[in-house]
Amino acid sequence: MARTDALAPDAAALAAPTPSLARTVLWSIARMSSVLALLIGWEVLARSGTFTPFVLPSLTSVVERIWSDALSGELFINIGLTMYRALVGFFISMIGGIVIGAAMSRNVIANWFFDPIVSVGFPMPKIAFLPVVILWLGVYDVSKITIVVIDAIFPVIAATVLAIRGVEHELIWSARNMGATDRQVLTQVVLPAALPQILTGLQVALPISMIVAVVAEMLMGGYGLGGAMMTASRFADSRGVFAGIVEIAIVGYVLIKLMAMLRRRLLIWHPEANEPATV
Amino acid sequence: MKSVWLRYLPLVLLAIAWEAVSRLGLVSSSALPPLSDVIASWIDLIKTGELVSNAGASLYRAAAGLALAIVIGAALGIGMAWSKPVNVVVAPIVEIFYPLPKSALIPVTVIWLGLGDGSKILLIFLGCMIPVTIGAFNGARSSEQTLVWSARSMGAGRLRMLWDVVLPSAMPELLNGIRTALALSFILLVSAELIVARAGFGYLIGFLGANGAYDSMYAVVLTVALLGFAADRGFQLIMNRMLQWREQTH
Repeated sequence: MARTDALAPDAAALAAPTPSLARTVLWSIARMSSVLALLIGWEVLARSGTFTPFVLPSLTSVVERIWSDALSGELFINIGLTMYRALVGFFISMIGGIVIGAAMSRNVIANWFFDPIVSVGFPMPKIAFLPVVILWLGVYDVSKITIVVIDAIFPVIAATVLAIRGVEHELIWSARNMGATDRQVLTQVVLPAALPQILTGLQVALPISMIVAVVAEMLMGGYGLGGAMMTASRFADSRGVFAGIVEIAIVGYVLIKLMAMLRRRLLIWHPEANEPATV
Repeated sequence: MKSVWLRYLPLVLLAIAWEAVSRLGLVSSSALPPLSDVIASWIDLIKTGELVSNAGASLYRAAAGLALAIVIGAALGIGMAWSKPVNVVVAPIVEIFYPLPKSALIPVTVIWLGLGDGSKILLIFLGCMIPVTIGAFNGARSSEQTLVWSARSMGAGRLRMLWDVVLPSAMPELLNGIRTALALSFILLVSAELIVARAGFGYLIGFLGANGAYDSMYAVVLTVALLGFAADRGFQLIMNRMLQWREQTH
């Protein structure tokens, strides 16, 4: 772990080579052009008649479809529902994961109990439990949120345990020496020092929350981005399916970017804030 | 040293709690059939061959999709690190597809290839390719320049260098990418089969659930979960084996 050294941000900024402006501009044009080529390729291929509009609807018709969904307000209802399920599940995983992780790294019995559960549960394909959750809780929001929590809590627990174990002992000892109570040590020393790595776990958990929410909606139907896409698929409405993919992709992209911004905000005091996020 | 028994005791306790809660009637036995009933139905499913044939269908799809993803993903990733033009073309596409939830592609692969094996293989291939590509790219990019220079000065050709220097040094990160892909392949497989399929684990879970055969459904769910866990552990073992040379040099 990097030390929380006041000089470090400057040092990191100096160490990073600043690419020349011309190079940066050329590079971003090259990158843009390849994305543009992909989009143009889609449009040309769709219009060339090689595939039926059912197999590959044209990009413009898909954009039109998204536009009309937005105008009718349906798009925002679906985004709102999916985000509500994903984010409620994410926040429960965040609080639960940090509490369980903190307990595991400070308490022998908690560690004894949760460690095998985490090590067996983490690599399992937990989506297979969705039918069981439906059996228990029905097809309403509760079961969608529950399956999100079942999936998203593991990376948070794992990151919290690793992060707290990695906190330097000198920091804790100094705080103790200065008369801090156990609670103060935890909330004022250990958790802030562990924050970067915990945030990394949260950055892993957030896309998982959204993906699982979408899959749960796809399975259970109804409203929401995933549900709307399955409804379109059931009625052989392939423009609706492709519109759904584009909508889900954009929402996911915005969510990940927002999380990365929030991370830089929260860690502004930390040298690690200047490093690019891994997720 | 803690014994394995003590370490996994909490799981045993959970299993006993499961059996007790269900037998004592604290929860309805359709919501949570007793574990012993689940094990009995599991044995039945094996005997009738139902579990094995559906497992075969699922594992074939997962293996085919994953194998394609590993071969093409590794080639793309190393190509990206090796050649600037490849990077310019591939990188933005990887960046666009990276945040896209791959499960969203389930209906599209069905539109393209129908309800059979093809759509699941394509889905698993598309989903697993990205982590493999990123792993291969990061690994190959970080191969030490001094190694590359020494190989070159000793007269190694470009291809030879790729095979003997870049690929081995890319291996640890590549294997990590493959591990992510392996986990993802199970998740994509089960979700795709739960939504649309006529065979496989996901289909069997949906079918048994719809017919109220909950103890059998639990048996299949647990089988999938344990297989996913075992695949990850097995891969980790292979990974450690393959990277033994690395531990010695560090």
